[in-house]
Amino acid sequence: MAHHRLTPQQYFILALVALCAPLGDTCLSRGMTALPAITLAHPGTLVAAVFTPWIAVGIALLIGFFASYLTALSWADLTFVLPATAFGNVIVALLARFWLQEPISLERWAGIVLITVGVGFVAQGPSRTEHPSKVAVEEAQV
Amino acid sequence: MTILPSPASHPGFWSAAGMIAAIVLSSTTGEVLTAAAMKSIGDLDDIRAHSGMKGAIRAVVTCPLFFAGVFFLALAFFALLLALNHMDLSLVAPASASLTLVTNAIAGKIFLKENVDRRRWTSAVLVCIGVYLLAH
Repeated sequence: MAHHRLTPQQYFILALVALCAPLGDTCLSRGMTALPAITLAHPGTLVAAVFTPWIAVGIALLIGFFASYLTALSWADLTFVLPATAFGNVIVALLARFWLQEPISLERWAGIVLITVGVGFVAQGPSRTEHPSKVAVEEAQV
Repeated sequence: MTILPSPASHPGFWSAAGMIAAIVLSSTTGEVLTAAAMKSIGDLDDIRAHSGMKGAIRAVVTCPLFFAGVFFLALAFFALLLALNHMDLSLVAPASASLTLVTNAIAGKIFLKENVDRRRWTSAVLVCIGVYLLAH
């Protein structure tokens, strides 16, 4: 049975998935809170918001997230990709602590430890489920 | 310090559970359909190596399952916006994010026939609790 070991490039794609989503959300949040309140009565201001620097960067990061997420799903299981990329939450929490000097409660440290252990667990296993019929076809092609 | 406006109204338990369930269900459906689409397309790295970036994009955008997945992911986004209009972010974000991990593990096993062994279950549950603690 073939074991799908990830290549360094595939680890890089997973890292992009993990980082781009929380960083993109953070940029959108920062951009939107800096703007005055937007109502549905003036939808044009929402379109104009897209061209402000923080929101534009946020959108670019989220496009990067979706492209790398789709790439990861093309060679790994959904139940591998989702827990493995949850590590991005930990990175954002650590950035908030050591870069933005935000305090982290004991609960959050517990969350960081649990996610790290969970990611370690899933990363040790195979990234993709082998279905017997597909393996036979792949071996026949080789 | 920025004081964020509080939600317009606080719904009852069942309304709140319904809104969170709507996010979780539409998000899980979207994730499973997208994953099924990408599995049916094959390794995008290989496609890009053979047919270039245009070939990879063409392979994705000509797959109907992909659009079905994106439709449900968009539905999940609007369900999230609706929930945020009624509930606090500190409840909606961790509850929906962590529950989605568990429902995806169940849906992955049933619909995508993924091998969700003890290792993946343990990981899903640990990450689920971790995300809840981190975002709460």
